[in-house]
Amino acid sequence: MSGAFGFEPSDEQKTLIETVRRFAARELRPELRAADDSSTLPESATRAGWELGLLPASLPESFGGFGERSAVTGALAAEELGWGDLAGALALMSPNLVALPVLLRGSEAQKQELLPRFAGEAWRPGAAALMEPRYDFDASALQTRAVRRNGQYVLDGWKCNVPYAAESEWLLAYAALDGESQAFLVKRGTPGLVIGDRESNMGVKALPLYAVELRECAIPASQRLGGEAGADVAALLDASRVAWAALALGVGRAAYEYALDYAKNRKAFGEAIAQRQAIAFMLAEMTTELECARLLVWEAAWLLDQGRDGSREAYLAKNFADDMALMVTDRAVQILGGHGYIRDYPVELWLRNARGFAVLEGLAIV
Amino acid sequence: MISFERPAQVDARLQFVREVASGLMREQARYYDEHEHEIPWEFVNLMWERQLTTGESFRSGTQRPANGASVASQTLVHVIEMLSWGDAGIYLCGPGAGLGGAAVEATGTPEQKVRFLARYKEGKPKWASMAMTEAHCGSDTAAIRTTAVRDGDSWILNGEKIFVTSGHKSVIDSDGFMVVWATVDAAAGRAGIKPFIVEAGAPGLSITKLEHKLGIRASDTAVAVLESCRVPLDNLLGSPDVVDLTKGFKGAMATFDATRPSVAASALGIARATLELLKEKLAEQGVTIRYGRPRHLLTALERDIVDIEAQLRAGWLMTVKATWLMDQRKPNTVESSMCKVKAGDVVTRATQKGVELMGPLGYSRRLLFEKWMRDAKINDLFEGTGQINRLIIARRILGYTSKELK
Repeated sequence: MSGAFGFEPSDEQKTLIETVRRFAARELRPELRAADDSSTLPESATRAGWELGLLPASLPESFGGFGERSAVTGALAAEELGWGDLAGALALMSPNLVALPVLLRGSEAQKQELLPRFAGEAWRPGAAALMEPRYDFDASALQTRAVRRNGQYVLDGWKCNVPYAAESEWLLAYAALDGESQAFLVKRGTPGLVIGDRESNMGVKALPLYAVELRECAIPASQRLGGEAGADVAALLDASRVAWAALALGVGRAAYEYALDYAKNRKAFGEAIAQRQAIAFMLAEMTTELECARLLVWEAAWLLDQGRDGSREAYLAKNFADDMALMVTDRAVQILGGHGYIRDYPVELWLRNARGFAVLEGLAIV
Repeated sequence: MISFERPAQVDARLQFVREVASGLMREQARYYDEHEHEIPWEFVNLMWERQLTTGESFRSGTQRPANGASVASQTLVHVIEMLSWGDAGIYLCGPGAGLGGAAVEATGTPEQKVRFLARYKEGKPKWASMAMTEAHCGSDTAAIRTTAVRDGDSWILNGEKIFVTSGHKSVIDSDGFMVVWATVDAAAGRAGIKPFIVEAGAPGLSITKLEHKLGIRASDTAVAVLESCRVPLDNLLGSPDVVDLTKGFKGAMATFDATRPSVAASALGIARATLELLKEKLAEQGVTIRYGRPRHLLTALERDIVDIEAQLRAGWLMTVKATWLMDQRKPNTVESSMCKVKAGDVVTRATQKGVELMGPLGYSRRLLFEKWMRDAKINDLFEGTGQINRLIIARRILGYTSKELK
């Protein structure tokens, strides 16, 4: 094989994109505003969404799934879900937060124990506790500590923005062990796992996120991700950044499409505002940045699928996509003018969601 | 399929140009910046010999494959990126049919292609140039005033062209040609604008001036005057019919679809040179870039570096995609303009940052940062300014004609 560039999803991936897009248009987008206003997702987001079979398609048959995990395919699906609604997308994808780290870096026993639970008929939430409530939160320099004591790991620290912390059977908690970030599987009800208040953020309001305290939380040593040997958490962060950036593509695209449509229909001084270069150039730059971000995301995902080091690419793709999403959604608000600021239109919601991309981390993985 | 595996053919082509770029071109970069318009013959002869012996092209102007898919355009942008990483000014002096040749490929008949392009496969080094811009009109090409009037078996051309890249080399320093865009019917607007081949030695053709520029000083940018310049009837490329829009002005635009990714690639070669030297110089002073850390915790300098790196990669992937589409024989007008817009922005910012981040070292002419900043800017100007390319993208995404979105 002499190698080749390719910039078109496979036929199978195209079918998947179409299917996910239909779901997003039918189930997520119409509920966007109500979900945000009420901070509650419609039940159908996860119920009907689970029927897409995205996660089971990433799990091998030996664990009850029917496929193979691909970061590229995952990113393609994530863009469509993010286009529908970011909160709904994150909810639907939350089981990944436990299942994929276990699949990618878990011990055999952990895979046997946990993966079949995420290959079933019904959606089950998953939780990951990565972020910490500090301005200088850094996934590679966690303040939450893990200490080995009497055949157990004892976790201590504060976490924030933990999706489904109160609802998940399993939570994957990230903590520094001898200065290195590691991940630990914590079961609901473990003493010292203290679920705090639901978070109240500027965006992704419909997604249940919680503050969590790990207070002398002791777990069996076998629940360290990867078992005794531990796990390459940096590799999980790579996959997480790819997912996050792919979702940013979806949010950006939603806002771009809306603004494009609006600009063609809104008349001022006798013609559509899109017929003015000031508006048309903004749209040209929005679509260019979107396409560039998409290529960066695809490349990083492809590297991960090839088993190559895609750390830097994933990091750069995420940075680029963060900026792109913020720029595109901000301009969408600008193009709608005063209407963009009004909650009757969705663009202000997308702007609030987009600001989260640079701030939040570890809420999704593909 | 989605794949980012560089084809082996591309790797093979890059070996030679990498050597030329890192040796010859880098070493001579400053000299030819300071000796404006002097022809870098060592480079010219080396590349010409290589073209004659291998048939490899080094200049923009790759055409869509007649049938089936190829990797020709993808290969070319990789080669151009590498040569421009060596030196963009010297790269632009490369011999061959280049942009003028691309116009022949896009608009000429099969017979014309053979007749005009054969010379680029034999003999001494030759160049071809494209003369479109006039003093009063740049991007607004419908306003071209140079005229072509039929006189028996000839066309008589009158007018003045500016900004003709390699204009001097194409018709004075070599037996090449210039593609002159002129109107055969001023009342017909764009439909009347046709490309004519004006060969070296054509009576009435003269080069009256070489521009002194901010950057790419090795490259000659000429003013060409056509004074009752007589060319044979069949030097008009394609059809003389003014209602035939497919081969005339649209032919010029098709040329740009093919060559804009080449400009983008050249821009990004300069940007990569800047980024690499920046990182090298910073490493010498003990600065490491902490990839993976949240950006707001990085130093301003680190943040600029990771930003440039992401932007550069984005522009590059866009450029590769634009040529991949061409190689797949798919339309690429939008992507072609997108990569040009992006690369123009990226290289402008990256090279300006290069000077800033290196402080007095960046501003000094002892290093190449300041030269790269001067060289870079042309890429946001020629073959369609950043604004013209935004206009092209905007019309496409909005479904507007040039009347609906001016």
